Amino acid sequence: MSAVDAIIKTSYFATAVLFIAGLRSMSSPATARRGIVWAGVGMSVAAAATLFTPGMHHRPLMVGAVVVGVALAQWTGQRVPMTGMPQMIALFNGMGGGAAAAIAAVELIKGGAAVAARRPADVAILAVVGALIGAVSFGGSLIAFGKLQGLVKRVLSFPGQNVADLLVLAVAVAAGVLVILGETGAVTHLGTPLVAAFIAIAFVFGILMTLPIGGADMPVVISLYNALTGLAVAFEGYVLGNPAMIIAGMVVGAAGTMLTQLMARAMNRSLSNVLFSGFGDARSGGGPAAVAGASRPIDADDAAIMMAYADKLVIVPGYGMAVAQAQHKVWELAQLLIDRGVQVKFAIHPVAGRMPGHMNVLLAEAGVPYDFIYDIDDINPEFATTDVALVIGANDTVNLAARTDPASPIYGMPILDVGRARNVVVIKRGAGAGFAGVENPLFFADNVRMLYRDGQAAAAELIRGIKSL
Amino acid sequence: MSGWTALYIFMLAAFTGYVIIAAVPVILHTPLMSGANFVHGIVLVGAMVTLGFARTPLEEAIGVFAVVLAAMNVHGGYVVTVRMLAMFKSSRERGANGSAAGVAGGGRDDVSRADGKPGEAGETSAADRP
Repeated sequence: MSAVDAIIKTSYFATAVLFIAGLRSMSSPATARRGIVWAGVGMSVAAAATLFTPGMHHRPLMVGAVVVGVALAQWTGQRVPMTGMPQMIALFNGMGGGAAAAIAAVELIKGGAAVAARRPADVAILAVVGALIGAVSFGGSLIAFGKLQGLVKRVLSFPGQNVADLLVLAVAVAAGVLVILGETGAVTHLGTPLVAAFIAIAFVFGILMTLPIGGADMPVVISLYNALTGLAVAFEGYVLGNPAMIIAGMVVGAAGTMLTQLMARAMNRSLSNVLFSGFGDARSGGGPAAVAGASRPIDADDAAIMMAYADKLVIVPGYGMAVAQAQHKVWELAQLLIDRGVQVKFAIHPVAGRMPGHMNVLLAEAGVPYDFIYDIDDINPEFATTDVALVIGANDTVNLAARTDPASPIYGMPILDVGRARNVVVIKRGAGAGFAGVENPLFFADNVRMLYRDGQAAAAELIRGIKSL
Repeated sequence: MSGWTALYIFMLAAFTGYVIIAAVPVILHTPLMSGANFVHGIVLVGAMVTLGFARTPLEEAIGVFAVVLAAMNVHGGYVVTVRMLAMFKSSRERGANGSAAGVAGGGRDDVSRADGKPGEAGETSAADRP
């Protein structure tokens, strides 16, 4: 092993250590940022060292390509608002999947070109499997981005769609098997056209598979593709003989798998149900029971008085709050109440927002300290001793139908127990149903008052009301 | 690298990932996903090697494509993760910034605790009402 080779291998090893240490430091908000910065140092070292790999060509082109990629990412990554974070993560994740598939494509094309260059079966299989999942993740992530960004509005669905999708997948797998057989020399390698067709079909499958999935389910899908890209990177790492890629890819694969499970369970759904049922936009099955009774409106001044004289108040924000850009006003309101001696807590449902933990990011942006924020398990027992629960822009995450109505599509989903609070004030733009399109019996309960207003306007009126006391 | 050695690396890395990620609190799950996204950007190294050893114009073109995509993955993942994490502050840090809230109210200090078993969030609460 030459000295350069040893330096490169050492830097890869150091990178792997820094990645693991960096992710480990994410176990606390206090150390998380430092950890990611260290992981960034590791990444830079690895990339710089790779540039000195002996026998490599095209270095100027390589540096140019890196600069272009970095500049594009810098431009988009700095500008994206916090509400748009899920689709941005989907987009960058798709890029990684595409890169893994492209690496595999070049390796497989090389195998097709050189008759002498037959590969062992394990290398050929992992190259092909990595290409398949990388291309699926690339296509799927682009659609996920398009949907959340509002670029792809329609939900494409037709009868027999799952069967059609599976046929496309079967063709992709068959092409992949042919490539493997060619690579190992079992049959004649059909070369570049076959490799191109194989990857193109896998890419199309990723698109087809994601198109029918509704916007509400996208977080699960983004998380899944994150895991898939990680696996693709790990497999291509094996093909290239690069342990740093294997370790980083597998760690991400495990992380993504776990987050996917967590997210699906928070919605009380199985992964296959998310992927193959087309739920999230169009729901099937018997309609949920209609809700009888009338909701009781309240005006902002009365609500302000109720809140100002409470001992303990829990704010339950939903994505509607972020859509109304009301998080800053809500925090201002919370600060006013805290100054009056009210104990204020924020309660976050695991699926509030558009991905796991998204609402925490939005509240952090508004300036809410993270020690005011509680997750569902910590806060649910506390509602019984809460004077006022303020629900703002949330509907499905507090929907009693999830407990009481087996016909409801969200039946079984864990919800925040706001109904147990002495008083509940619900700020809601209009009388319509929530993101999942389900009517909420909570809004008709005796201890619940409705404040029908845009989130930001309502918070401003409440602030005025409290200040005038 | 022999296939068997690699298999052990795969297995150990998967366990490491699972254990490390399980210790991340729910509050940080979005930055976690984006941070994980950044970490698989290591694919950049592979893309560079692929481009470096490309022999035909087609391989070269795909190699450039791979490097651009991977560079976007790495840098984009990094930028958004750091942006998000920079916003997470405790009430003590906020207090130092002169925020009105200070350390009053419902603050607590144990946010960094691990949520231990993944996927169990909320299950107990679903069962606690007949």
